Amino acid sequence: MNTLSSSPGRLALRRFLRNRTAVSGLVFLLLATVVSVFGPWVMAIDPNQGSGSPFVSPGASHWMGTDIHGRDLFSRVLVGTRISLLVGAVGAGVSVLIGVSWGLVSGWRGGRTDAWMMRLVDVLYALPTVVWVMLTLTLFETRCVGWLSERWPASIPAFRLAAMMVSLGSVSWLTMARIVRAQVLSLRERPFILAAQSIGVSPVRLMLRHFLPHLAGVVIVYLTLTVPAVVLYESFLSFLGLGVRPPQASLGTLIADGASQLNSVRVRWWLLVFPAGLMTLMLAALNGVGEGLRSAFEPRDGNGDRN
Amino acid sequence: MRPWMARVALIPVLLWVVATLSFFLLRAVPGGPFDRERAPASREVEAALKARYHWDEPLWRQYGRYLGNVMHGDLGPSLKYRNHSVNDLLGQTVPVSLALGGMAFGVAIGLGVPLGVLAALKRGGWADYAAAGLTLVGVCVPVFVLGPLLVLVLGLWLEWFPVALWGSWQNAVLPTLTLGLYFAARVARWMREGMIEVLRSPHVQTARAKGLSETAVILRHVVPVALVPVISYTGPMLADLLTGSFVVENVFQIPGTGAFFINSFFSRDYTMMMGMVLFYSLLLQVLNLFSDLLLRWVDPRVGS
Amino acid sequence: MIPSLVQQNALVRKTGVFCCPGWWARLFESLRPGLSVRALGLVLSLGAWVLTSCSPLERADLVLHNGPEPETIDPQILTGQADGRIASALFEGLTRFNPTNGTAMPGLASHWEISGDGLTYLFFLRPEARWSTGESIEAKEVVWSWRRAVTPATAADYASQFFCIRNGRAIVNGELRDASQLGAEALDAHTVRVHLENPTPYFLELAASRVFFPIPRRAVERLGDQWIRAEPLPCSGPYQLLSWRVNDRFRLRRNPQYWDAAQVTAERIDILCGDNPSTALNLFLNGEVDLISDRKIIPGELGPELATRPDFHRFDYLGQDFIRFNTTRKPFQDARVRRAVAMALDRSRITARITRMGERPSAAVTPAGTGGYHPSAGLSYDPATARRLLAEAGYPEGRGFPAIEYTFNVGSRIYEQTGVEIQSMLREHLGIRVELRPLEWKTYLAEMSALNYDFIRGSWVGDYDDPMTFLDCFLSDSGNNRTGWKDIRYDRLLQAAAAEADPQRRLGILREAETLLVVEAVPVTGLYSHVGLYAADPRKVGGIWPNRMDEHPFFSMRRIRP
Repeated sequence: MNTLSSSPGRLALRRFLRNRTAVSGLVFLLLATVVSVFGPWVMAIDPNQGSGSPFVSPGASHWMGTDIHGRDLFSRVLVGTRISLLVGAVGAGVSVLIGVSWGLVSGWRGGRTDAWMMRLVDVLYALPTVVWVMLTLTLFETRCVGWLSERWPASIPAFRLAAMMVSLGSVSWLTMARIVRAQVLSLRERPFILAAQSIGVSPVRLMLRHFLPHLAGVVIVYLTLTVPAVVLYESFLSFLGLGVRPPQASLGTLIADGASQLNSVRVRWWLLVFPAGLMTLMLAALNGVGEGLRSAFEPRDGNGDRN
Repeated sequence: MRPWMARVALIPVLLWVVATLSFFLLRAVPGGPFDRERAPASREVEAALKARYHWDEPLWRQYGRYLGNVMHGDLGPSLKYRNHSVNDLLGQTVPVSLALGGMAFGVAIGLGVPLGVLAALKRGGWADYAAAGLTLVGVCVPVFVLGPLLVLVLGLWLEWFPVALWGSWQNAVLPTLTLGLYFAARVARWMREGMIEVLRSPHVQTARAKGLSETAVILRHVVPVALVPVISYTGPMLADLLTGSFVVENVFQIPGTGAFFINSFFSRDYTMMMGMVLFYSLLLQVLNLFSDLLLRWVDPRVGS
Repeated sequence: MIPSLVQQNALVRKTGVFCCPGWWARLFESLRPGLSVRALGLVLSLGAWVLTSCSPLERADLVLHNGPEPETIDPQILTGQADGRIASALFEGLTRFNPTNGTAMPGLASHWEISGDGLTYLFFLRPEARWSTGESIEAKEVVWSWRRAVTPATAADYASQFFCIRNGRAIVNGELRDASQLGAEALDAHTVRVHLENPTPYFLELAASRVFFPIPRRAVERLGDQWIRAEPLPCSGPYQLLSWRVNDRFRLRRNPQYWDAAQVTAERIDILCGDNPSTALNLFLNGEVDLISDRKIIPGELGPELATRPDFHRFDYLGQDFIRFNTTRKPFQDARVRRAVAMALDRSRITARITRMGERPSAAVTPAGTGGYHPSAGLSYDPATARRLLAEAGYPEGRGFPAIEYTFNVGSRIYEQTGVEIQSMLREHLGIRVELRPLEWKTYLAEMSALNYDFIRGSWVGDYDDPMTFLDCFLSDSGNNRTGWKDIRYDRLLQAAAAEADPQRRLGILREAETLLVVEAVPVTGLYSHVGLYAADPRKVGGIWPNRMDEHPFFSMRRIRP
């Protein structure tokens, strides 16, 4: 049994490694993670240290230039990437987890359960996201921060970040649920599912083994759409005073800051181009990895899906 | 009773649930509509103001009053815009957002669907890369960057289109593009996904085996089923589009409803916020119902 | 495509679009692949239909960008500056502002007499003063309007402007129920007599302010609170209201009944409403807007670049940014700590690096030059003394200093950037760690009023050109105090100043009070005085001048034809 199940995995891995786009994407993502996590520490830079020379254009002393306080943009981008990677991964992760299981159960059970689950999604859809996020985070600030500050004051920023990620994830799963449900409804009547059912495969196994592989595609697409959405939503939260607290930075807030450079009077391009460019690159890499994973695990690879 | 009729009958109930939840959630947020930087002239003046909006009553009674008024089609006075009722504000701004959203929807579907189809058919080919590039830009470049960028290039430098305001068709071009591209990117992504999923299913091979031309196979047997994810995304997307986008309306100074989603929360204009929530919710449920019906129709397996 | 668009337009128009359920059905039906072109056409034509239904407006003679959509344009209710500008295009007071310097000049009243003790004013209305609907504006209507403004049920936030009139305060506070006790009466059809509580050197300017505008009694009696929506709206100012489209524009037409209509040359003006500064700037640069009249919708980060252009005009302005300290809790309970922080702030670093529009650094609360007054310098930048004070308070080198938060609202990047500078200056000079706490506007207000902060950003814009408008915020019982600081000496000084008839002595007492406020007790310390700004090409727009009141009356404003 073990050898049987591990060999498709190994096959898929080999297929994945043969895919050059996917591998380079993976390498880039890993590199970005390692550099942004250990970089600031190894290079001993302080992203919040003003240098006295604001708005220096990129050059040898400041690779990506400086901002209004004279802070080095490169170190801010590094630190910002670290936060945004975390926010994106956890936020999107939470939303995929809830969204996929909700859609799966709803689509699979069908009938009354499906109707109620989907109506609940409709209700949640209509509730204003801002209010929800603001409420949960305000509650966190008023209830939990006081409690934490008596015990572990140093952990407050971490918890604040965690609260934000969970709050973000908890409102962005609705579209995923709808899409997964639609896929499941469509898959449910396909011969291979019916066959599996007729030979008495348990529902859990049916979902894991037969539905999930067919859902991998939509999940990956969804991830590549949600990660940037969550990262950017975080920058919107800073408009509410609920995002990353200044003077810290995230890619989202750096991009939002840089957006003001799009004017016809004076353009300090580096403030927008570097953070936005990095984000696009990371997403392209994520896309590549997603595509690679998907074709590596495709249920019936090479059987006439290419023309 | 047919299932969709039950759905229709359920709409008022769901609206009530949404209204109730939002009503109490909103009131739990700190700050109120009458908090200002400048303190009121006197306690009497403040009390008079609150009495005018029944703010001095217990919350449950305000809730009852609100529901009663909503039943009669009256969404109440705006708490911020003191010379306008919520009905009045919605009446003035909804047509604008419907127009803009409708056109952007056209762009999103008109661009996104063909692009997704091409990308899936030429997987790994140039069309795929072009589509991937577009979606990447559409997804990564936030609307608050894309909008000003289009304004800068097409409005200020090339002077092809007006930079803002609303009135003639020229005014609509840039905002439609901004909003349309954003959603086209998502539609293209889902379309490509649906296509890939369908292309490898057996019934396509059956169709091919019957000797149908490749175009006929694609158009008749692949695209309809491949629309499944797109259609299930359409409900929320159209609801988002038709109720207006805060950023696009702000950047292009368009008098639509989108501004109120964020601003009425910032100013704690509860009645306006509730009006928006109800309007959005109604639209969403109707559109989701349509998109579910449509799903069943393009892919009959869904219904059973 | 064009003919089919037209056809479908006709079809859509005939079927009545949304009301027709078949329309939606058809839309979705036509979404079916292969037919999606039709769907696209339908959607586009729907868009085109709605678009054409609001036919594009012809360009007005003068187009102004006025900032955010007003909350109301009712002169008695409004509080915002943008709101007030629109009201002042439609209505006028007994006096009006001189466009060159912001002082009072004759408005609906052609002249006035002031008694020797400065307590009684006689205003003589112009017999030709009329509403745009034709009725004449008489003294009784003026008095009636003022009585309405002070009646608490009207809920006028600016009713406090009437405190200087006899019984005004008592009526607004609800101690006197009868509004006719207000010290203003109509002697005949064209004469209004006003009795003041105290000699008020700025009363003529007050009479030009919005809350003192007479309002059309008949419309008010017919429509109540919503009288401003009357059609046609009776106007007393240089323009009358043609249309009001929310978040888009006000369209005004010249008011031929205006007593000074000869001066008004623009036939139609558009006042645009929007709150995105970049958009306002783009419209201005493109020539679609002739005048941006609100500082807040000129992008702050472009300040230095814009300030050098000939079409941007800067001037000292009646506004101040400051920091409030919460005097009710540690560590700012201790005046020495407050003084230490005030002296550790290099305000010129904030104005040179962040605000960059030529704002004046100032540790006081009243901007220099307000009503001919110059405040004491306040606590100047002196890190050495600051460290000593902090050590005296028990925190040498910042040791043992509790973690504190600087709270600010997130309305503008500038507030956050100022916070970052304050944070780094306090770390540098005093060795104290400050966390930044950004809050969204309403939460910020709620937290400030509840005294739930350590130290917090604050600002104030004067209502009239006199230090009193700034200083009375910090009276013990003022709702604008918000620091928890109460000092009977301060209250007495302000009372004494109000009763003082001699202007110079009065300013002397006020200076003494302000010294107590910003040098000794320091519940508040100034950061910088605001700079006013408007954008207008002097070759295209005339009749507008910079002045510290930021008043740019519409009657003189005109478009210069090439």
